[in-house]
Amino acid sequence: MALLSMQDISKTFPGVKALDQVNLDVQQGEIHAVVGENGAGKSTLMKILSGVYPHGSYDGKIQFDGAPAQFANISDSERQGIIIIHQELALVPQLSISENIFLGNERAKSGVINWRETNRRTEELLAKVGLAEAPSTLVDNIGVGKQQLVEIAKALSKQVKLLILDEPTAALQENDSRKLLDLMLELKAQGVTSIIISHKLNEVRYVADTVTVIRDGMTVSRLDAKAGLSEDEIVRDMVGREMTHRFPEHQRSPGKLLLEVKNWDVWHPEHTGRQVIRDVSFAVRAGEVVGIAGLMGSGRTELAMSIFGRSYGRNISGSVKLNDNEIDVSTVDKAISAGISYVTEDRKSLGLVLDETIRFNTTLANLEGVSSGSVLKRNDETKVAEKFKKALAIRTPSVFQKTVNLSGGNQQKVVLAKWLFTEPEVLILDEPTRGIDVGAKYEIYTIINDLADQGKGVVMISSEMPELLGMCDRIYVMNEGALVGELNAEDASQERIMSLIVNE
Amino acid sequence: MDLAQSDTNPAPQVKTKSIGQYLSSHLRQYGLLFALIAVMAFFQIVTDGTLLRAVNVTNLLLQNSYIIIMALGMLIVIVSGNIDLSVGSVMGFIGALAAVMIVNLDQSVPLTIVACLCVGGIIGAAQGYWVAYWKIPSFIVTLAGMLVFRGLSLWLLEGQSVGPFPKEFQILATGFVPDIFPVSWGDSLANLLEIRRVKHVNMLALFTGIAAAAMIVWIGLRQRAQNRLYGIEDEPKIFFFARNIIVAAALIFVMYKLSLFRGLPNVLITMGVLTIIYAFITETTTIGRRIYALGGNEKAAKLSGIKTERLTFLAFTNMGVLAAAAGLVFAARLNTATPKAGFALELDVIAAVFIGGASMSGGVGTIIGAVVGAFLMGVLNNGMSIMGIGIDYQQMIKGLVLLAAVIFDVYNKNKQG
Repeated sequence: MALLSMQDISKTFPGVKALDQVNLDVQQGEIHAVVGENGAGKSTLMKILSGVYPHGSYDGKIQFDGAPAQFANISDSERQGIIIIHQELALVPQLSISENIFLGNERAKSGVINWRETNRRTEELLAKVGLAEAPSTLVDNIGVGKQQLVEIAKALSKQVKLLILDEPTAALQENDSRKLLDLMLELKAQGVTSIIISHKLNEVRYVADTVTVIRDGMTVSRLDAKAGLSEDEIVRDMVGREMTHRFPEHQRSPGKLLLEVKNWDVWHPEHTGRQVIRDVSFAVRAGEVVGIAGLMGSGRTELAMSIFGRSYGRNISGSVKLNDNEIDVSTVDKAISAGISYVTEDRKSLGLVLDETIRFNTTLANLEGVSSGSVLKRNDETKVAEKFKKALAIRTPSVFQKTVNLSGGNQQKVVLAKWLFTEPEVLILDEPTRGIDVGAKYEIYTIINDLADQGKGVVMISSEMPELLGMCDRIYVMNEGALVGELNAEDASQERIMSLIVNE
Repeated sequence: MDLAQSDTNPAPQVKTKSIGQYLSSHLRQYGLLFALIAVMAFFQIVTDGTLLRAVNVTNLLLQNSYIIIMALGMLIVIVSGNIDLSVGSVMGFIGALAAVMIVNLDQSVPLTIVACLCVGGIIGAAQGYWVAYWKIPSFIVTLAGMLVFRGLSLWLLEGQSVGPFPKEFQILATGFVPDIFPVSWGDSLANLLEIRRVKHVNMLALFTGIAAAAMIVWIGLRQRAQNRLYGIEDEPKIFFFARNIIVAAALIFVMYKLSLFRGLPNVLITMGVLTIIYAFITETTTIGRRIYALGGNEKAAKLSGIKTERLTFLAFTNMGVLAAAAGLVFAARLNTATPKAGFALELDVIAAVFIGGASMSGGVGTIIGAVVGAFLMGVLNNGMSIMGIGIDYQQMIKGLVLLAAVIFDVYNKNKQG
């Protein structure tokens, strides 16, 4: 019997069709895996299911527990027994386990909490999920793996009929992951139906009864995993798309060795003892575009930021050579003056001062270039901003426009302008086209090609594999903080990258 | 703003916005100026002309000098995304230190001034160190500072008032710049204008006023020409001239009033020079630019190679020096140091900066705005005192003015979306 059936679900955001007639059928008592690349539409589908996107904002029908479901918000879906546990945990660290489990659902009479009842129920739930901690322990004092269990206990406290786990093991260590997956199987034995969203295909194979593959907002296949399923089969369905002309033509001839990073190690800034980057070595030639592929959380951003002035992590060790000379990248301004630029992943919170103008942002990383004796020459500044506005085709009536008013693509161009004005030899681009439309993407790709033609080295971090395949001369594959492979453009394919990641 | 999305590339033809649109998007700057004028006009009328008497104008400047000096530093601290609650206490402490050094220990005045400014800088640096490098919220660090320095001044003065100061120290606050022009010029002008009560007009003050007004208009015109060259959205002509005429006229008027009394107060010179220096630093130097970036988006600033910690540290150090300067002026003006000096004054300073248009979240605010904000508060204080309004009502009215100014800001920002 189908517990959940989502039929022909379509969802459009301004300019993007996120979901196109997706179908998802979940049987009573099974573990159903939903897999797909970043941006395939998994999260959007789950947000529709849990009522984050309310009924009416999408097309299609949802049947849940034998009745049509039209959720207006999250509490609506929760009342029906659909509980979603997000990647970023929603616990309050300063509260105890029992307070967290019954948060918003307190065991109370006219506002007065019955602590005895609360703690008794918490103990029951903790026993169910196999967590040996006192109910009064603060959530802050237990590890991420145990916090995940608290989330599940919280879900169980609400008479859950369908439990959704979004990338539950992304932040977990190997044995914690295994424990969590075993708990899922145990809950299944007790009759709980669950959906797991995961990139890790070995885990999917371990727990799932059925697998639905989503790609580009469409259901690609529904695979029966009980009979045994090979990872290759899933990978093929996940990435099997034809490449079209989404990338500008380019001809590159990489020159001499430009940047060389050797034996780079980084430790987590807060959790001592957790190594985030393990012994990474890579090189970039002049006029070359090098990609770094990997899943979210694989350490790509951490690698880039730790190289760029130690903006991330601690106990950083390793060497960085530029043009065969070891350079000092211990602070951001040293890294910039050595010739390295890093275009951040999140342009709004890390890239731009949004309330300021295009001119302000363009010159921010190289104010020396528009000043004499630390007095700004504002006419020069305007000229520089105008120059980049023209060169990068930033669409705005004037460089005195506040950047907050620009579209995503134009904002990204302003960030690029800021870094180009520092005249770097190596540019590290972190998700340079995230959240911008297809046309603007093409323009950004053209800019990247131009930079390579000028002899600059470009490192491109991206979660979109087609983008890496379409742009890069070489691709490094990263997983769990280490490089697990290196592919030349002609040998690279989405299948090969994916299998390098999942075979780790 | 759909302008941003348009596909064409129209650089210099954007200044065709209607006057109404222009006004509504620049309401804040004009609003502050209008508010100041309106408040002054109101008090001028209800006090039967007392407000703008030469003596009172001079007093108004002297009374608010220390607030303005501190508002300059506070603006920078607030733009950087912090706050300093300790300035009133630091000011009082420095006044006490000066009194002890000069009156009790017989130190020379120049030595005392240098020592006090240094101690102010050290105090600011000590607080800035915790804020910048330890990431302790500035509210807490300076709240602690406020208590510590209040206590220290009590201890230093042993609970007593210490004074009086020698003449050469008093002139810091109460002295006037001697007229460098021949007295006969002032005499003839006084005759010409048929002012009976005044023996002669202080020509230095008058000429300074005219020169400053001419300077402001000239800078404005140059800026305008440049804006035009680069196709920056221009202030409509009528606003530009109206604003400049009002500012220039007000400046000359104030200076004229001063010239009828005793001329240019020393403090006005200090204040004016500091204001110009700080306006220059915040608007046209790299360090000023970086402070705005730091307050606007600390992470982006840091990833742009800006040494955010050092800047925060410097902002507090600078605040300490200015609080010390204000402390010296205040002590010289009262001619005595009291344990209560500067009590709750930090709130007036902070209020002035916010009335002047700075944002609590950092990255927004101007020196000129802060100075005008301080004058607005000063005129309110002065006007209400002349009217004989009780301190109880004065406090309430000042509080409501602050709230109204900030509500106005937020409303304006929401409206612009």
